[in-house]
Amino acid sequence: MSQTALRPTRRRISGSRLTLYAVFVLMVVVFAVFADFGKIQRNFFQLDVARRMLPSVLTIAAKNTIIATLLSFSLGLVLALALAIMKRSTIRPYRWIATGYIELFRGLPALVTIILIAFGLPIAFGWKIPGGTLGKGCIGLGIVAAAYMAETIRAGIEAVPRGQMEAARSLGMSKGTAMTFIVLPQAFRIIIPPLTNELVLLIKDTSLFFVIGTTPASKELTKFGRDFMNANANATPLTVIALVYLVITLPLTYMVRRLERAAGKGTR
Amino acid sequence: MNEAPPIEICDLHKSFGDLEVLRGIDFEIAAGEVVCIIGPSGSGKSTLLRCVNRLEEPTAGTVLVEGEDMTDPYADVDALRSKIGMVFQQFNLFPHLDVLKNLTIAQRKVLKRSEAEAVDVATRMLERVGLSDKIAEYPLRLSGGQQQRVAIARALCMNPDMMLFDEPTSALDPELIGEVLDVMRLLASEGMTMMVVTHEMGFAQHVADRIVFMDEGVIVEQGRPEKVLFDPQHERTRRFLRAVQHD
Repeated sequence: MSQTALRPTRRRISGSRLTLYAVFVLMVVVFAVFADFGKIQRNFFQLDVARRMLPSVLTIAAKNTIIATLLSFSLGLVLALALAIMKRSTIRPYRWIATGYIELFRGLPALVTIILIAFGLPIAFGWKIPGGTLGKGCIGLGIVAAAYMAETIRAGIEAVPRGQMEAARSLGMSKGTAMTFIVLPQAFRIIIPPLTNELVLLIKDTSLFFVIGTTPASKELTKFGRDFMNANANATPLTVIALVYLVITLPLTYMVRRLERAAGKGTR
Repeated sequence: MNEAPPIEICDLHKSFGDLEVLRGIDFEIAAGEVVCIIGPSGSGKSTLLRCVNRLEEPTAGTVLVEGEDMTDPYADVDALRSKIGMVFQQFNLFPHLDVLKNLTIAQRKVLKRSEAEAVDVATRMLERVGLSDKIAEYPLRLSGGQQQRVAIARALCMNPDMMLFDEPTSALDPELIGEVLDVMRLLASEGMTMMVVTHEMGFAQHVADRIVFMDEGVIVEQGRPEKVLFDPQHERTRRFLRAVQHD
């Protein structure tokens, strides 16, 4: 591009940038003038309240959140894999089931599904779900997660070139063997970033478990924080659990960004 | 060895929707024979090849592989396929596995060979295609020509009775074509039964026992290379050869 063509564009950009900076400065000033820092400090940053949350905020609440996330994710992943393969099946009823499942649980609020599973399943089938409230919640959340991950996995499978399946079959591998050893390993490499995103969403969704009731030992972070807040008539516990959530989620989102960059560079 | 011919095709038809790609193909190949299939693009050459190991489902007709009906719904297609090596235009190596694993995985999973035996076979086949030093490399770090030679070695590891080549040099840079053709020439000289879809007229002329010219889903003419290439009987063959030579 020539110098003369470049110049007006540049000037216009720096003009709009100036406006953006002005808005930013204005926001900071408004916040500084109108916020009541004493009140904020008293309500959200009481060190002695925060100190009383230790160690159970980590040994019970954070632990439960992490366990619930991992259990829901594992269950969701297994279900999602089955759904993704059913959705690609040549047998039509399997495709119907998979599509119905995915549309149903993506269409419902996670909260509703969790309640349905926790209270509905025992009534409908007389099953006793193991693991107490944590177990019930994980099954509900896993079922929801599967609906989202199934589409991701299916997209991953379809992103692997057809020639890979053909080459595997031409060597005499059965469809299942080719899928297991040739297609799926490549598909999962492609979908690790979106799956990690799903994991981050699940961490946050475990906060929905409060609807099915909890015992002191099965509280996850959000429920734990809310109860502590009510008991102390102070919002500091919210600040603490927010920090704990960030300590868990930020490394994961950072990892996703790195993985995505690595995938973008691509060896393919 | 089986008495039946390696491949025997009877009145083969294949349609994709309304498009009839193969319109009645009769074809037979003898053990140790090298057949090159030439013809304009869209003439059905690749489809014919892919019907032999049922990567494409024929619409009608039969394909016998060593006397066994490949189109029979109850045929053990996987077992039959392991006897037919196939080499693709796009190589189709497994990019997540290194060269050695590319060569051993089907031996382990399909032929149930021991790891030691599979590695031994892989090492020997890699030597045959002249790539012993690339055994630990990943496919995408190899040149196109090297990838295709690995793909040939991968097929050979299954001890196939015959090999199908689907335009094996069409995706290669011109300077890499020679090394792949050399490997194929070596195989032909060792008596491998080969069915080769190709645009390499030089290879067809010097290596093939027979050339088949296809157009619009039928075999127009076939015969000894010098006969088909230099004394074609059909106008369509003449037109195709003129076009190719003008390239």
